[in-house]
Amino acid sequence: MPYTFSPLGEGAIVIEAGTEITDDTQKRIQAIAALLEAQPPAWMVEFIPAFTTVTVFYNPLGALYESVKSDLETLLPHAEETASSLSRTVEIPVCYGGEFGPDLDFVAEHNGLTPEQVIDIHTSGTYSVSMIGFAPGFPFISGMSEKIAAPRRDSPRLRIPERTVGIAGKQTGVYPIETPGGWQLIGRTPIRLFRPEQEIPSLLRAGDKIAFRRISEKEYRAWKEEEHAENY
Amino acid sequence: MLKIIKSGLQTTVQDLGRFGFQKYGVIASGAMDPFAHRIANLLVGNGENAATFEITMTGPTIQFQQDAFIALCGGDLSPQIDGTDMKMWRPAFVKEGSVLKFGAPRSGCRAYLAVAGGIDVPELMNSKSTYLRAGIGGFHGRALQAGDIVPVNPIPPQLAASLLHATGNGVEWKTAAPRYSSEPVVRMMKGRQFELFNRDSRSYIFSEAFAVSSHSDRMGYRLEGIRLALEEPKELISEAVSFGSIQVPSDGNPIILLADRQTTGGYPKIGQVAAVDLPLVSQLKPGEKIRFKEISVAEAQQLYLDQETQIRQLKVGINLKREAGK
Repeated sequence: MPYTFSPLGEGAIVIEAGTEITDDTQKRIQAIAALLEAQPPAWMVEFIPAFTTVTVFYNPLGALYESVKSDLETLLPHAEETASSLSRTVEIPVCYGGEFGPDLDFVAEHNGLTPEQVIDIHTSGTYSVSMIGFAPGFPFISGMSEKIAAPRRDSPRLRIPERTVGIAGKQTGVYPIETPGGWQLIGRTPIRLFRPEQEIPSLLRAGDKIAFRRISEKEYRAWKEEEHAENY
Repeated sequence: MLKIIKSGLQTTVQDLGRFGFQKYGVIASGAMDPFAHRIANLLVGNGENAATFEITMTGPTIQFQQDAFIALCGGDLSPQIDGTDMKMWRPAFVKEGSVLKFGAPRSGCRAYLAVAGGIDVPELMNSKSTYLRAGIGGFHGRALQAGDIVPVNPIPPQLAASLLHATGNGVEWKTAAPRYSSEPVVRMMKGRQFELFNRDSRSYIFSEAFAVSSHSDRMGYRLEGIRLALEEPKELISEAVSFGSIQVPSDGNPIILLADRQTTGGYPKIGQVAAVDLPLVSQLKPGEKIRFKEISVAEAQQLYLDQETQIRQLKVGINLKREAGK
């Protein structure tokens, strides 16, 4: 039995495609998401993919749990077939250190490296987006080298500016909106990850590959000015 | 137009929520007491999803810069129009220049103000709800402030005529209201990780009362009481949560996730509040107590269907009363 089902209250069903975060499970999650996108059941309100689960929301007026489950059992075997093998690579330019990355030195010191080496390692990794969650457009990114891992701060900052790139444990991430948080901040990107005015408000999707590219502060400013010009 | 004279504690524009974007990490938002929001809209002839003001604890002072038909449902925050007590759960006519004020909360803590035509704010991602953390949606992405002028959609003359009749017939629809209480017994289903909790915790969740902590807001209500614990420590993989999920972080104090919850969470979920009982939770104030009673998913679905039938009947009744004698 490849999937297990369980209810999340009276209006949602959780499809579990595995119990551990593996490449195989992630591919199956993406296949389910692609299928639900392409052939949404009439009773579906929306769905939320995560690391090992896809949760499908429905209105009990349209269908009850047992019939939702049976519809999914019929539908899911088609998931592999419709799965898209197209994986995009999204480049994220980052201006490292300085006022944008006040914790770059800490991350370097913690790992016995120089700040330059941290940047080299961060930009040379192959990353992929496991899921979007926690904040609008926030990517959970896997694939960071453990050589630049660093613990969270003891006391979280009350405000981390949007577009800041950080490290927490073995994870790296980009904050799409201003939020409190305990991550070690190493740089900032000039591009927007959360675009509420667009039909698809998140730049990144689960399954995307990410490449971080180093830019100078001058390039960062130029990028921001360009965005400003586009908006006004 | 509505002019905000005083802001009150927190008044935001809400509808029934933002759906279809949670997969991008965009939270659902929406009214904390969806039942009161829907009835308030029905009373003034609006669609159930029209934008209302969600008014919290200490209400604002609002001046009507036009004639308007309004209804207030939900918690009783001692509303007054031009110094006279305003009845809730029924439509009222207010003249241009009238002032709506609130006093001390008598019961509950959230009132919904519907204005015929609906609050006129732009739709963003299919919803007019305010997303405070991201600073978008609703009225400029924030709670209302003194000096704000908030537009209202116009209504057709026929509706105005029938509403005028309805405000005169004195019918209250309070019987429709949920049984708000400062010590409610709330029905919950077992959560996906219920069996991971130790035996005592699995029994305490149904036998003990939990107090609402002062660290409670639209995102979630933190509860205090007997600490709950897993049988053995376990790192969970983040997965979706929903309106009413009860998760338990490692400190053992449960949190009921509400309208502004994040889309996913990594704490074990001991339970899930039945949708029909969410208004009982959302109207609780810090210090008040809550108890849980177990029901099955099938029972919760039946309660949901029963409530939808009740709302449909209410809608028919309200419309009949409005049209009668016209």
